[in-house]
Amino acid sequence: MEVIDSIDRALIVATQGGLPLVSRPYDALGETLGLPASEVQARMARLLETGVIRRMGAVPNHYALGYVANGMTVWDVDDAQIDALGEAVGQMACVTHCYKRPRHMPDWPYNLFAMVHGHDRAEVLAQAEQIAERLGAAVRARDVLFSSKILKKTGLRLVG
Amino acid sequence: MTERQAPVALSDLDRNIINALQGGFPLTDTPYADVAATLGISEAALLDRLKEMLATRVLTRFGPMFQVERMGGRFVLAAMAVPESRFEAVNAQVNALPEVAHNYRRDHAFNMWFVLATETPGGIDAAIARIEAETELPVYPFPKLKEYFVEMKLKA
Repeated sequence: MEVIDSIDRALIVATQGGLPLVSRPYDALGETLGLPASEVQARMARLLETGVIRRMGAVPNHYALGYVANGMTVWDVDDAQIDALGEAVGQMACVTHCYKRPRHMPDWPYNLFAMVHGHDRAEVLAQAEQIAERLGAAVRARDVLFSSKILKKTGLRLVG
Repeated sequence: MTERQAPVALSDLDRNIINALQGGFPLTDTPYADVAATLGISEAALLDRLKEMLATRVLTRFGPMFQVERMGGRFVLAAMAVPESRFEAVNAQVNALPEVAHNYRRDHAFNMWFVLATETPGGIDAAIARIEAETELPVYPFPKLKEYFVEMKLKA
């Protein structure tokens, strides 16, 4: 884990809503925080290097881009094989997130989660078939949960 | 409450901007000018398009995306099976917590799936306990045991 100090935290609070849309954004942040722009840049470079910032740039609204169907494909596979299978499924172009998660028996037998996005449900179901083919005989049970409504989407918010 | 948005017609320029900028925004003194140069447009044009796409919600944000776990916090996916007759009321109770970062309705017996994001690990258990107490429904946590891949980049 990366330890962040109070200046890093202030920088996160100042940028979690977005970067200033001005010619010299790091100068603008520096002015707000009372730091030279060079320190803002150096700290952001370190946060990127350590993964506290996953990436920096445009975050598109996937519905606005036409990806209106999002399917959480879930699979029950053997725990002994899940790492190799998860890595393989994670490499597939249609998969945006892939995780091992706990089962909750008896209601929930699935331990592998792969999120896929499509322009309609048929495209998502076709992608789920591709994943099923990749997993092959390892699949013991499967399901696809389509989202029917976004109920909230604010992302992380630290309280400044 | 955020509704899904209808697809919008994007210009080739906006597509290029989105496809080029889903990561790797530079830490240079004049980053917008530097990116604009690689796209063959002016800095003013790039800033104008970014502002417009944010205003029309084609972009939800422009800036850093944080990984809260790398700074000692936690993200945990959780699900609930909410009786349809109580769905709206429970949704209001769940969304009222600032720890709830995203929440989706899904077609399944587990019909509410939300992500809790907290600055400290203990915040997750506290948020779950509070939701269970307020709604009198069980919350099923699905912490990630392993992350195989995460890269939410979609072609515009």
